[in-house]
Amino acid sequence: MPQAIIRLPESQTEPLLAAYHIVLRERQRATWFGIALLLLCIGVASVMAEVNLAMLGRNILNFTNYIGRIFYLENNALVFTDFGEWFWGLKKWLLKIGDTLLIAYLGTLLGAIGAFCLCFAASANLATGGKSRFVFRRILEFFRTVPELVFALLFVVAFGLGPLPGVLAIMIHTFGALGKLFAEVVENIDMKPVEGAISSGGTRWQAIRFAVVPQVLSNFASYALLRFEINVRGASVMGFVGAGGIGQDLIEAVRKFYYSDVSAILVLLILTVMLIDLGTEKLRHSLLAREDGT
Amino acid sequence: MSEEMVRTKIKSIFQATDTGKPRMDFFPDRAAVAQRHPGLMKPSHQSRIITTLVLGGMLALAVFAAYRLEFSFARLGAGLGQLKTFLGLMVPPSSGSYFPLFAKALGETIAIAFLGTLLAAFFAFPLGFFAARGALGNWLTRFFTRRFSDTIRGVDTLIWALIWINVVGLGPFAGVLAIMTSDIGSFTKLFSEAIEAVDRKQGEGVLSAGGTKLEVIRFGIIPQVLPVLLSQMLYYFESNTRSATIIGIVGAGGIGLHLSEMIRTYEWDRVSFIILMVLVTVAAIDWLSTRLRLKMAGAQ
Repeated sequence: MPQAIIRLPESQTEPLLAAYHIVLRERQRATWFGIALLLLCIGVASVMAEVNLAMLGRNILNFTNYIGRIFYLENNALVFTDFGEWFWGLKKWLLKIGDTLLIAYLGTLLGAIGAFCLCFAASANLATGGKSRFVFRRILEFFRTVPELVFALLFVVAFGLGPLPGVLAIMIHTFGALGKLFAEVVENIDMKPVEGAISSGGTRWQAIRFAVVPQVLSNFASYALLRFEINVRGASVMGFVGAGGIGQDLIEAVRKFYYSDVSAILVLLILTVMLIDLGTEKLRHSLLAREDGT
Repeated sequence: MSEEMVRTKIKSIFQATDTGKPRMDFFPDRAAVAQRHPGLMKPSHQSRIITTLVLGGMLALAVFAAYRLEFSFARLGAGLGQLKTFLGLMVPPSSGSYFPLFAKALGETIAIAFLGTLLAAFFAFPLGFFAARGALGNWLTRFFTRRFSDTIRGVDTLIWALIWINVVGLGPFAGVLAIMTSDIGSFTKLFSEAIEAVDRKQGEGVLSAGGTKLEVIRFGIIPQVLPVLLSQMLYYFESNTRSATIIGIVGAGGIGLHLSEMIRTYEWDRVSFIILMVLVTVAAIDWLSTRLRLKMAGAQ
């Protein structure tokens, strides 16, 4: 079937093509410039981070050996052959993992309560003073930018070893992270119920209680659950600095080369994290489904 | 209505009406309304019972946690007193004569985060295609790459750092490898999600013009996912800078080593100085990555 293809005359396509090539060349030049810059950054960073590929090559077998080694018992049998021997400290470790979960729970709960109290004052639509809002925002920013392990280090010195500094560190970090998210949720509400509550004679607090909280509660709970999930991971390493939980046993096992203990604790930890992830995901979905339903 | 207008409006209402007490005069015929809508004024017993039960359960668990974790007001009070002393000693922040050392360590921290993110993306890129539905691989590779990434993500960066220290020794290189390892897991998940979300039509176009499966990926998928991947990498670079500051606590390089040392030797003015340096750096990287991301979104 013959097909008529409409083409511009040569005299018109030529300048267009030339312009196209100029644009293309510019883009190519920009790409090459970006690649060169990236390579330069990689080079500088490699020198700074003391990257040593030769050593990595020499020792990479250590990594696979290590991963392999943690799956052998003292008597050189595979761990799977003797579960009793592999998980010899099951009761102790489960208790410690329970403690880890409790640290994460208490830290999340206290941090979320703090964030709940402050988020209305830090949101753009409900705050009464611009200045106090600015101050609250900076405080929240500070609390979430400083890593929780730094707080844990500080608190271990101040409060002594044990789970208490771990809980406080997680609480502070959660407070900062959730405060920001909560304030954003509050900023996205429908303001009509607030106006309704106030126009029918409600006070500021009644407006928040009856017009704002019902709108934001399920989102708050969902974010808090997500944070709990993150905090379980965070709490698992709190023991590295002496702030309680399973991390203490783990770092001890790694440092003292109790190979099969390392794998046993890691397996328990990964299973716990997966279970918590699944559980919170279910809860969050049902929360959001309820939100959609009403 | 703009956000600004809503804010001023609500504020003016608050200021005009906020007496601290409910204004019943706004709503004089409450009794009549209650009579007309009896359902609205009655509390719902079922939801109240559920709320009470949930809150009570949470409170009970919290009390149990506090008991189990050996909370005591005496310890809390003593610790807060100490903390106050430390905070007092933190001002004014001062580096002593260690500024060059701290600056170098901070540079190391940024280098760790940068290289770790980049390497993780490099390795996760192909894995993402194997873990995504409708790209490379089949259900078997998909299953295994997904479980692989789940397992990796279940282990914290610090634990990876401990393991890598056994391989390459103490120092920042172990930190790079640790950040790389833990981010391979996250990136594989994020990349595969981005790949699953692409518009299939462009790939079909390549296929119908006689392209191979690899060409579909190169011309049909990659142009769509690349901006998403780059913006995720920038975001992770920023968050990894924060992780890289603590990775030194276990000996994997960066500012964390100095920070934990200064805390353990009670050099509080240096502690606050280091924290300030970290905050400034993170803010700078945040600013930079936001600008780059906006620029990329504009280029799209």
